[in-house]
Amino acid sequence: MLAFIIRRILQSCMVLLTVALLAFTMFRFVGDPVAQIVSLDTPAEEVRKVRESLGLDDPVIVQMGRYLYKAVQLDFGISYQFRQPVIELLAERAPATLELALISSLLSLAIGIPMGVYTALRRDSVFARVFQSISLVGVSLPTFLIGILLIYLFAVTLGWLPSFGRGQVVTVSGRWSTGLLTASGLKALILPSITLGLYQMTLIMRLVRAEMLEVLRSDHIKFARARGLTTRAIHFRHALKSTLVPVITIAGLQLGSIIAFAVITETVFQWPGMGALFLKAVQNVDIPIMAAYLMIISALFVTINMVVDLLYAFVDPRLRATIKG
Amino acid sequence: MTSQSLTPPVLELRNLVVEFVTRHGTLRALDGISLSIAPGEVLGVVGESGAGKSLTGAAVIGLLEPPGRIASGEVLLAGQRIDHLPMEDLRHIRGKRIGTIFQDPLTSLDPLYRVGEQLIETIRTHLPVSEQEARARAIALLAEVGIPASEKRIDGYPHEFSGGMRQRVVIALALAAEPELIIADEPTTALDVSVQAQIIAVLKKLCRERGTAVMLITHDMGVIAETADRVAVMYAGRVIEIGPVRDVVKSPKHPYAKGLMGSIPALDERPERLLQIEGAMPRLTAIPQGCAFHPRCPHVMPRCHEARPVLEAVGAGQVACFLHEVGQ
Repeated sequence: MLAFIIRRILQSCMVLLTVALLAFTMFRFVGDPVAQIVSLDTPAEEVRKVRESLGLDDPVIVQMGRYLYKAVQLDFGISYQFRQPVIELLAERAPATLELALISSLLSLAIGIPMGVYTALRRDSVFARVFQSISLVGVSLPTFLIGILLIYLFAVTLGWLPSFGRGQVVTVSGRWSTGLLTASGLKALILPSITLGLYQMTLIMRLVRAEMLEVLRSDHIKFARARGLTTRAIHFRHALKSTLVPVITIAGLQLGSIIAFAVITETVFQWPGMGALFLKAVQNVDIPIMAAYLMIISALFVTINMVVDLLYAFVDPRLRATIKG
Repeated sequence: MTSQSLTPPVLELRNLVVEFVTRHGTLRALDGISLSIAPGEVLGVVGESGAGKSLTGAAVIGLLEPPGRIASGEVLLAGQRIDHLPMEDLRHIRGKRIGTIFQDPLTSLDPLYRVGEQLIETIRTHLPVSEQEARARAIALLAEVGIPASEKRIDGYPHEFSGGMRQRVVIALALAAEPELIIADEPTTALDVSVQAQIIAVLKKLCRERGTAVMLITHDMGVIAETADRVAVMYAGRVIEIGPVRDVVKSPKHPYAKGLMGSIPALDERPERLLQIEGAMPRLTAIPQGCAFHPRCPHVMPRCHEARPVLEAVGAGQVACFLHEVGQ
């Protein structure tokens, strides 16, 4: 088990290194950062000084080494537009994104799995058909459209929920600003998390349904029936557990993409998260932020992947055996 | 088997018809199956793939997969009709009074639960015992089916057992609630030849000790000859010959049974070629009129095209063939 974890960590490091190299090359190819910093009438001498102070006339390989060395210490440089350390900017906005992503994934799992199980077990019922049709809409409608429709309905027409922002936030343990503890914060979370989670929810529902139907046809379920087990034991003890093994992978990877693709939802709802910051950075060619965002997201992906693998082994004894060996 | 007249057979099928309703019409997969199994008796059911052997087993335990359904006929367990019982009552019979063993032990067990958990849940579903009692019983069962160090192995996962060992676990599961009847559907087909004999021996021994009757579905004539008391030969959803194993194996009456027995190689004699039956069994959509076997039968007569022969007593058994009609 330990050997497996160590192997996976080494693999993850390789992935992160590759991403870091890619992130660094952005600096080389997306224009001259000095031109961004100085104004048009800055004297050439000043420009040279700025260039020197930023270490931009060192050989590429040296610059790259320096960048990596600092990135490992979570120092991603200074944002061009905000003149503030990138890591501070990201840390400030991370809670907003992470809370949104967490709530949407929980929502999508808590609703998606039961809906999937229901549609698989009561395949021909009216509700199952309705769910199936809704899920088609969920899978095919683009996020921004769902967001705008929800805002139009619940914020503009009905006036029940806020259309933008996080509401009132409370700072816990010094740095984490949470919207989960105030009524307005929770209210503000509802629309964005539905918008972000709807696609995942329908995806999980369809996946659970397909997987469950497959499992219900399998031999060990047939044998469980022949053993005279109760329908409940067959469906929920045996079939559901087998169903959830592959669902774990998808759900885990989806959490990663929920965080990464929060960009659109955050923009639609003016959500002060990392995604919105990233989009602003793209507009202003703020490469330090873009590069840092890229690396942080990939680190998240890699971590989630590893957790999923371990979870997998936890659920499936067969894999536990392969990992041990 | 002198008590046969006093106690009803463990299982009796009367004119069982199973149909599949499809878009292209109704397919008759079992066409009037009648047979019975006495308490403690082993009935072998043989026939080619698709003859309806497994379907007969599934129909008995009420696990026909839709669109399959029992269209007519009766299934009697110890004299009581069970084919019309509601789902929930039938479930109480499955596992409790009729145990089942399927072909592939590798996939019969739930890979995510320990062997012991599966045994205990089966025992506790059918018998009013505590967790500890069920566990003790499970360990005893595993020991009985020949799993060494059963008190340790009970906490193993299915993948930690070999194919033969897993089929032993499946047998333990089938016997868990002391059923009157075991339906063993090709219990050795998926196993290595070397393990097959062991599994059959275990099954035979345990059923004899408990007086459990067995419906042994297989296409392995060797297993039948060794294990069964009586044999039913099936063809295209019908029983065409049924009788004591000695008679049916040594001197089959029906031309199809003859062909089937003739295709077993004997070690002591060396025929130039194994006998084989020309042609193939008809598809369900194209079962011929009259006797279903007539297009392949070497002794076909004009009336075989029109009328369907029924099972009639010939010697100690029954045969459905005009060649053996009384007076022929």
